[in-house]
Parts: sequence; structure tokens; C-alpha cells
Amino acid sequence: MRAYDIVIVGGGPAGLAAAVAAKKAGAGDILILERDREMGGILNQCIHNGFGLHTFQEELTGPEYAGRFLAMARQLGIPCEIDTMVLEIGSDKVVTAMNHKKGMFRIRAGAVILAMGCRERARGALQIPGYRPAGIFSAGTAQRLVNMEGYMPGREVVILGSGDIGLIMARRMTLEGAKVKVVAERLPYCGGLQRNVVQCLEDYGIPLKLCHTVVDIRGRERLEGVTLARVDESGRPIPGTEEDYACDTLLLSVGLIPENELSRSMGVEMDRITAGPVVNESLETNIPGVFACGNVLHVHDLVDYVSEEAARAGENAARFVRGLLPECEGAVSVVAGRGVRYCVPGRIDITRMAERLPVRFRVDRIYKEALLTVRCDGKLVLHKRKKMIKPGEMEEILLPREKCLAQSGLRSIVIAVEEG
Amino acid sequence: MEKRELTCIGCPLGCLITAAMEGGTVVEITGYTCQRGRDYAAKEVTNPTRIVTSTVRVEGGACPVVSVRTKADIPKEKIFACMKEINALVAAAPVKPGDILLEDTAGTGVAVIATKAVAKRPHSE
Amino acid sequence: MMYDVCIIGAGVVGCAVARELSRYEVSACVIERCEDVCCGTSKANSAIIHAGYDAPAGSLMARLNVRGNERMEELSRELDFPFRRNGSLVVCLDAGEMPALQALYERGLANNVKGLRLLSGEEALLMEPHLQEGLAGALYAPTGGIICPFLLTIALAENAVVNGVEFRFNTKVNSIGRAGDHYLTETENGAVESRCVVNAAGVYADVFHNMVSEDKIHITPRKGEYCLLDRSEGTHVRHTIFMMPGRLGKGVLVSPTVHGNLIVGPTAADIGDKEGVNTTREGLEEVAARAALTVKDLPLAQVITSFAGLRAHEDGHAFIIGEPKDAEGFVDAAGIESPGLSSAPAIGEMVADIVRGRLHLHKKTDFRAQRTGILNPARLEMAERNELICREPAYGKIICRCEGVTEGEIVDAIRRPLGARSLDGIKRRTRAGMGRCQAGFCSPRVMEILSRELSLPVEEITKAGGASAIVTGRTKGGHVLESSRMGDNL
Repeated sequence: MRAYDIVIVGGGPAGLAAAVAAKKAGAGDILILERDREMGGILNQCIHNGFGLHTFQEELTGPEYAGRFLAMARQLGIPCEIDTMVLEIGSDKVVTAMNHKKGMFRIRAGAVILAMGCRERARGALQIPGYRPAGIFSAGTAQRLVNMEGYMPGREVVILGSGDIGLIMARRMTLEGAKVKVVAERLPYCGGLQRNVVQCLEDYGIPLKLCHTVVDIRGRERLEGVTLARVDESGRPIPGTEEDYACDTLLLSVGLIPENELSRSMGVEMDRITAGPVVNESLETNIPGVFACGNVLHVHDLVDYVSEEAARAGENAARFVRGLLPECEGAVSVVAGRGVRYCVPGRIDITRMAERLPVRFRVDRIYKEALLTVRCDGKLVLHKRKKMIKPGEMEEILLPREKCLAQSGLRSIVIAVEEG
Repeated sequence: MEKRELTCIGCPLGCLITAAMEGGTVVEITGYTCQRGRDYAAKEVTNPTRIVTSTVRVEGGACPVVSVRTKADIPKEKIFACMKEINALVAAAPVKPGDILLEDTAGTGVAVIATKAVAKRPHSE
Repeated sequence: MMYDVCIIGAGVVGCAVARELSRYEVSACVIERCEDVCCGTSKANSAIIHAGYDAPAGSLMARLNVRGNERMEELSRELDFPFRRNGSLVVCLDAGEMPALQALYERGLANNVKGLRLLSGEEALLMEPHLQEGLAGALYAPTGGIICPFLLTIALAENAVVNGVEFRFNTKVNSIGRAGDHYLTETENGAVESRCVVNAAGVYADVFHNMVSEDKIHITPRKGEYCLLDRSEGTHVRHTIFMMPGRLGKGVLVSPTVHGNLIVGPTAADIGDKEGVNTTREGLEEVAARAALTVKDLPLAQVITSFAGLRAHEDGHAFIIGEPKDAEGFVDAAGIESPGLSSAPAIGEMVADIVRGRLHLHKKTDFRAQRTGILNPARLEMAERNELICREPAYGKIICRCEGVTEGEIVDAIRRPLGARSLDGIKRRTRAGMGRCQAGFCSPRVMEILSRELSLPVEEITKAGGASAIVTGRTKGGHVLESSRMGDNL
């Protein structure tokens, strides 16, 4: 069986950044397995600008951003297998994969980096009632059709969900000649970045209706129209608020789900909230030598953060295979306190943590004049004030190691948010 | 004095910026966290601009379209004129990122460039 | 051309009749208004094979149900479609209603259902730990089964084609009438003459029946809404769980599917619209509420899709099979609602036998009973799989990630007899697009393969035929919007 130091599952932004960092950190043989027909992952269809300001101090489009990392990987001589599906990973890190050239093959990995990304939540998960005609797309599918394959999904569009892909597609469809009638969001706040509301909706006069959802879908062959209604605090449609929209296309941008079927079947411990693996400070899962990064770990809004996180996973994987990552000693749990939905990483081995460890999290609602606090066994060690924090935007704090070390016998670190 | 509240689109942080205006000129900008944000706000209230991204048809390529963008931001009101030109363009494969597909879009002096490589279509005999 | 038989409807009943008739020297054609087989009631149901204790003792329904159930194993081997006897449990929640469960058991015995057993609540819980505690008892029917209704119907149809039956799709029947000693079926694509007509038109069977007979029948579309859960939840229950109708009303079933999902439903609402396959908020909420009566901790957050189907409910809840007195040669297979799927093989036999008698048909000597389904490479050993990929590289390319479907399987689905022509056709034959992402990733790829194999532009590839094209055109093809249609703010 062919053996590699590191096998990376997924050749999108996370996989590429992990590979480059691992190679630079001294890992030997690295192999990236990518299921699509080209490297770069979802960035290939994100042809809009806004990527790379952190990583390259430059504003790039998705394909350009991917291109930078691809060039680095190529320069470092990192092999990639495209059109290759990983079918199974054993807890012994034997990876079974398949493509049309090699057939099914098994390789042994010293370390595995999970970088499979995420998929879009589909209509079924929302239980939107109505007919099931053609013309209903997840926003990402529509994005691929328009931007990579050159097809128009439709001409008159309603978008449900204000995730970033939905907002971006509102602009794309408009620029390509479609009429985007409305973007409806069930929650009282926008799911995507405010900048996208400004430059994708407001620029084009596309209304954003908060607290609204689709309550009916009409059309037996092709979509003919949808009905929107206002929802109450519990998310239930309010009778009498229905409004009909004629449209031939409904795009859904209603959430992303990390694709962890492989992780689950290999026995990786999962977090119920992120739907990604539980990782420690080294982005290592409960299986030593198996790391996770990018959207498979938790859904990010910025690719720059994905790259940064993935690079850390890559470096740690390289340290692992070189025997430089000390064995994990008892872990301190990082707890999502009041107002915080989740934290990544979920546990920390203080002896292995960096001087300043990025901990990322999301809040459960909008907080104005927010106070973020970090407490080690109840003792406040860090706080940060922010004008506004939104669930749609990932937050980060840099956890200082000396503060964690100062607290002897530390058991838990709690991150919380409060208003005022 | 007129005050305009803006969300910076310079980067995904989306800073809230306030621009104070007097008689069409900017007198004060607050709330930005970088020079880019300050510049954005100054421009947004006087001459708003955007980078336009789209695709251009490719002939003889491994894929039917190539992603493109304007090399720099162009005035907002020129977006659809720019799109009209982009829609009429045809690029011949192979295309490299950075290839100039149109020198000057909509009289702005800004070029439209490819953002991705498209190889020639493999011969299918 | 004059056919011996014209079968109206390519659902499971029409296809079962076609396949049974194809054993004989006969010229037969199936007329279907949709673009594929299995597009109506047959595609949207519980996907289960009833044991046969429900129907009134001695009824035609009871006899055909039990006969159909018995034939299913042999048929699944012959025609290569998935079928599994997972057994079913009718759960009785209220001790006061145990006599009714006893009556059901006795009816089952009278219907000749094999292996029935009455269980105590504890016994049932041991068998199914996710049943609601406190149940009074359950009726266990080991012969209850689960099936893929698409693949059953497709298998029957493909085998009928191989044995000489013609299929005409996208052909809606406008009227049927007597023309001398034969029938004239007027369709949107011309008239079809035949000595016999088989009416397997599902919810429309009353319309066609009433065109030729004065003995009118009436069929009500009875809507049933369902939720389908991710394969990760497919073992929440292992048997098909029914609720004994009683004080709490009528329950819905919770069952694993033969593909490893969990299905929950159906509701039952009589509607007027024979095309009313829309789901409703109330219906889906009812499914969840009723399922919870019998099964606890149902992971409804894992619903991947919901759908509605229409049962062809005849006023007397009877299978109407045979010739009306005043319409010799017109054979009804009407009112085929639950347990219609279970009974379909037996209905096929019965209808074919009536036609045989009417036309004095003789058995073929070259009938081919075997049909091979689409090869599933996941079932092969690694070495075999690699041999296959070496021969046919398309079997090495996964197109549908969620269900692990390869390009080879999709190409097979298109190229075989009555091959798929749409995304739904591919989905029903291969499961590509049936998984948790609901075709988000694979639909562009499947469209591309369909376009290549059928030599059609991608713009003409549909979800399910007719006007259900997936994309409306190419970018860059049309005109650019003028500023008049731009937003006010620009």
C-alpha cells in the first residue's frame, strides 16, 4: 500500500492552504484528493471580488484567490488527484478513494486533514410546502450554473434566505439580465455580511424582507410563483400577511452544512452545534493525527480565515508526522457561555497551545454595544467591546497562553457576550 | 451639515462609517478602521464606484465561459454599460488570468481582465 | 395499426399488466401522458408491501394483496429490484382497544396471512426500542415488506418492452369510445385502435371508465403527505410501524425504506384536484404529530425532502377489476389505492387473464422472464470493481456524492430500454439526486450527461419532461437590461 505523510481530503481553499503550510513545515509526501474536476473548490464559482484582503492585502476574486494557492502548491510540488472521491477513511488512517483512471485504491496516511467543505441546506430541510416544479435551486447550484457553465437558471427570481451566496446571486442574476424581485429572510436580521446587502441589494434596488418566508410554491412543471408571508417571533407565518410573487426561479440560501459523512464514519467526535468535528488547539480531532479545517469544521464567512485556520492544521499535521507534536495531555474545555452558540476549538491542551490562540465563535442574536468576556474558571482574563455583533459574522478572540497558564488546575474557559 | 451612514464594502468587516457633508463636499469621515475605508466613504458619497465581475464567452475552451472583472472600480452608473460590452465579448482559448479582454470599458479607461485560466478544449476525434 | 390491447397508464399497475400480457402472443401498447413510467400514484406512496390483514376477509382486495405479497420475492429475483421483508407492527396504544387488535389478527388469519403474532407491549418494545412506552400491544406481521416502487415499476416496464410491448409517452388520452368491434382511443398524438383496453389510469380511471360504461364509478384523489429522512436515521425503527386506528385517530406509518432512509406518513385528505400533489404546512405538521404517537425521538431535523401523493380512492374502497357489463373488452383496474402497490403483481395476473380469455391468447415460447437492473458497483468487491472501471472508466467517476452514484450507472439508466430522459428519470433509476443535498451538487453533472447521451442541448434537459426545463437559456446569449430596469439607486 502506498503511504503518504499527509493525505488531505478536499482541494478547496482549506485543503490547499493546509497542504502548502504542511509542506513548508517540513512534511514529506503530501497528497490532496479532490472530488471535483478541478482544484479550488467553491472558489471557482465565486467569481466576485472581496477575497484576500487579509491574506494578500489585495482584493481578489475567488478564482484569483484559488489561483494564488494553486500556484504555491504547484511550486512546492504537492501532488493533487482530481475527479477523485474518497469513499472511506479507516480509524487506522487508511484512505480508500476512487477515480476513473486508477479505479479504487487504498493509501496509508501518517496524518489526515479533513477539508471537505460544506453543502447547502436544501428545500426539504425547511419543509416549505407547495409543489415541486423545476426552477428551485440552492443558490450555490445556481451560482455554478451561471458562473462556470454559462446557463441562466431563470428570468424572474425570488431568493429565500439572506446568506452571502444568496445576496451575491441576487446581483449576479441582475447583471446577467434577470429580474430579482425580492430577498426574503425568516430571521429578523440578515444572514450574510452587511457589505453584501449594500453592494448586492441596495445598489440594484432589490428589497430585503426580514421576518418573511416562503409559504407556498406554485407551478407543476416549471415554477410559476411563490407566496411570501411575515413570520412571528417563533417563525410561524402570520395569516393575512401573504403576498404572491410571480417568478420562474426560487433560489435558496438558507444555510450551509459541513459535509462530515466521512468524519462520522471514521469515528470522529462531532459537535452538535457546528455539525463539524470537535477539535483541540491543534485543530486535531479526537483521533490523533486526524485534523480538520475550513468549512468542514465550522462554516466560515471569510475565505481568508479559512486559509489561516487551514494553515495551522497543516503545520500541526506536519509536526505530528515529524514527531514534534507532543502527545495531548488533559484538555481544558472551551465553553460557549451566555449568548455564544459555539467555540472552535472546543478544547485546549495548554502545553501545546500557541502564545496567542485564535478562538472563533458565533453569537446567538444581534448584540449592540456588546461586551465579550473570556473567563478562566470564573476569573475574567480578557474582555473586548464591540459596537455590534451579529450571528452572521464570525467573531474571534486571541486567547493568551500566559493567562491560561496563570490559572493553576484550569478546567474550563468560558466565552460569553452581554449587551450594554 | 448632512450626515450619511455607510457600511464599508472594502472588506468583509463592513465597518460603519459616517460621512459629514456640506454642500456636496465631505467635511468629516468617522468610524473607519483603515485608509481603505476612509477612501471608500469619501468616494461613496461623491462618486460611488464598484468593481464589476462577470463572465465572458470562450471559444474553443475546456469550459464555455471564463470569469472576468474590471481591473479597477468603475463609476456605479457605468455598470450596465460595462455589462453590455462584457456580454458581447468572446475570448479565444487558451485564456490566462490577467489577460486583457477589453482595454477600456464604457469609456472609463478601465480594462476587463480574465480572472481564471481556461485551457483549449482537448481534441475530440 | 390495430393493437390487441391498449393499456392506459404506465404506473405500477399498467406496467404489471403489460409485463404479464407480454407472456402471450399479443400486440400491446401502453399509453402514458407523462414522459416516463411511474409518474403518478406509483411514485409517491409509502413504498411498503402490506402483509394483507387489513382488507375485509374474503374480499378481492385481501386475496390480491396476499397473492402480491407472496410473489414479491420471486419477482424481485426475476426482475432485479430491491425488496426486503422487514416485518411490520401495528401498535395498539390503548388497552381498551386490544379487542380491535385481536380482530385484526383474526382477519389476518382469515386472509391467510402467514406468521402473524400478537405481542405484549413489552415484547414489542424489545423488538423496537423507539416505540412509545406504555403501548398496550402490537400485531407483528413478519411478511410485511419494503420495496422501491420506482424500481419495481421500471423493472416491470423494461421487461415488458423486451418482450414486445410498446410504450408511448407524452401521450395524453382525450377520449375512449367503441368503434364497431374494437375501441378507439383518441390521444393528443393521434388515435389508437385496439381490441381491448386496460384502464390503469390511477386517479383518472373513473373518467375513462365512465366514457364507455353506464355503470358509473367515482374516484376521489386522497392526498397523502410524507417526509423522508436522511439515511443516517434509517435504523430509527427496523420494522414498518403502523398505529392501530382508535381513540387518537388514525396514525401514520414510520418505516425504513429499502434504500436506508426513514419514511414518515401519509396524511389522508380527500381533495377535488386530480393534480393536487402539493404539500401543505398543515399536512406536514400532522405527519410529525401523528408519527410521534407511536415512535419517540423521531429525528425530524433530518428530513431531506417531503412530498405528496394521491391515492385513487373509489367510493366503496374496492378494487374494481374486470369488464363492466356494458363494455366488453374494456378491462378496469380502477380504485387501486393501498394496498395497490402490494397487490400490483396479482392485479397484473388477473387483468392479463381476463384479456387472455377475451382474445384467446396463447403463451409465447420465447418469453424472457429475467431482467437485469442497473449495475450497482458499490456491491462489487474491490478487484471486480476495478476490472469494471478498467473496462468502463465511467464507473470510476462518482457523480452523486450523497448516494455514491457513478457516471456508469447514469449512462446505463439512459441507454437501457425505456431509458431515462430527465433528471427525475435518472433519480428514480439510480438515486442520483435523491440524497441529502437533494441534487445540489450533481444536477449540473447529470444535465451534462443527459445532454451528451441524448444529443440534446442542456437547455432542453428537463426535471420531468414537458415544460420543466432546468435552465432557461445561456448567459451572454440574450439582450442586456437597459437602465430602465435597473434599481432606483443606481
